[in-house]
Amino acid sequence: MSDHIVPPKVYVGIFLSLMVLTAATVAAAYVNLGAFNIVIALAIASLKATLVVLYFMHARYSPKRTQLVIICAVFWLAIMLALTLSDYVTRDRDAAANISVLQMLES
Amino acid sequence: MHRTGELYGQFETLEQQKESAALGMWVFLSTEVLFFGGLFMTYTLNRHYYGAAFGVGSNTLDLKLGGANTVILILSSLTMAMSVWASHVGKRKATTGFLVATLILGTAFLGVKVIEYKQKFDHHLVPGYHFQIDYRAQHPAPNDDPKEIEAEKEELSKAFAKDPDLNAHAQLYFSLYFGMTGLHALHMIVGAGMLVWLIRQSIIGRFTPTYNTPVEMIGLYWHFVDIVWIYLFPLLYLIDRHQ
Repeated sequence: MSDHIVPPKVYVGIFLSLMVLTAATVAAAYVNLGAFNIVIALAIASLKATLVVLYFMHARYSPKRTQLVIICAVFWLAIMLALTLSDYVTRDRDAAANISVLQMLES
Repeated sequence: MHRTGELYGQFETLEQQKESAALGMWVFLSTEVLFFGGLFMTYTLNRHYYGAAFGVGSNTLDLKLGGANTVILILSSLTMAMSVWASHVGKRKATTGFLVATLILGTAFLGVKVIEYKQKFDHHLVPGYHFQIDYRAQHPAPNDDPKEIEAEKEELSKAFAKDPDLNAHAQLYFSLYFGMTGLHALHMIVGAGMLVWLIRQSIIGRFTPTYNTPVEMIGLYWHFVDIVWIYLFPLLYLIDRHQ
């Protein structure tokens, strides 16, 4: 940011890259890659988000302390996703089934 | 009353003043990341548990409309970025023009969203008493392609075999679909309101190369809303297209 002016050429270039990546994510969705479909979809979405943050939102030209806030936001999100999933994904599904039996008995 | 481009007492330089505004905006956007993050967390867990129902739900969405909206929204981010550039170099008319273009594209996005929501109401896919995941397969409209309906019936019977509680779990998918796209649309409406204000400010010549902080800050917000959609599009529309 500051007094760095990003020329329109860069913006148009980023826009075209985003269009190509959008087409790529739709095309990849039609190919059966099993568990990797979601990995590829998220990788392309993250690449697009990074381009938007770096260029449209000028993060690349921002001072270090602004960049630190951006990294913190992503980090906090990662904490929420990682810790919550580490609980749920390792849970005993039978225990979960028992809970629904209990709920049935209660009703 | 409007002290545009002046240096406020608490800052040393204009540059520091601008950077502080951007820093504050980014702190706000961090809270927005976690606000939407809670919904993405809920989505991830339920998709993990009820993959079959989420796949069936996702395939009922209109990929053409969703894809068109993705293009519209990214294009509106481009025009927003261009208006920031135009205000930096002091092109007042171009600034206004790009802001108007952004507003038109944002409104077009919301219009397409209305069409999509209406389809979901017509097909009984809004969670609640009348929800029925196989409504369209059971009651096809006269102009529906019979081949498509057959394919949908086959897909549904496979999914019901995997998950007998498909109707209940598909409602989870649609609750998240309406919740997430609804919250996103609400952000677009707020953004459109701010754009109207920006356009007015731009027309009366409030922005100069030394003072364009509002254009930049609302630009940051607009791009953030774009990023949310960049994730929503593959997660909601493209779960199970391959088969």
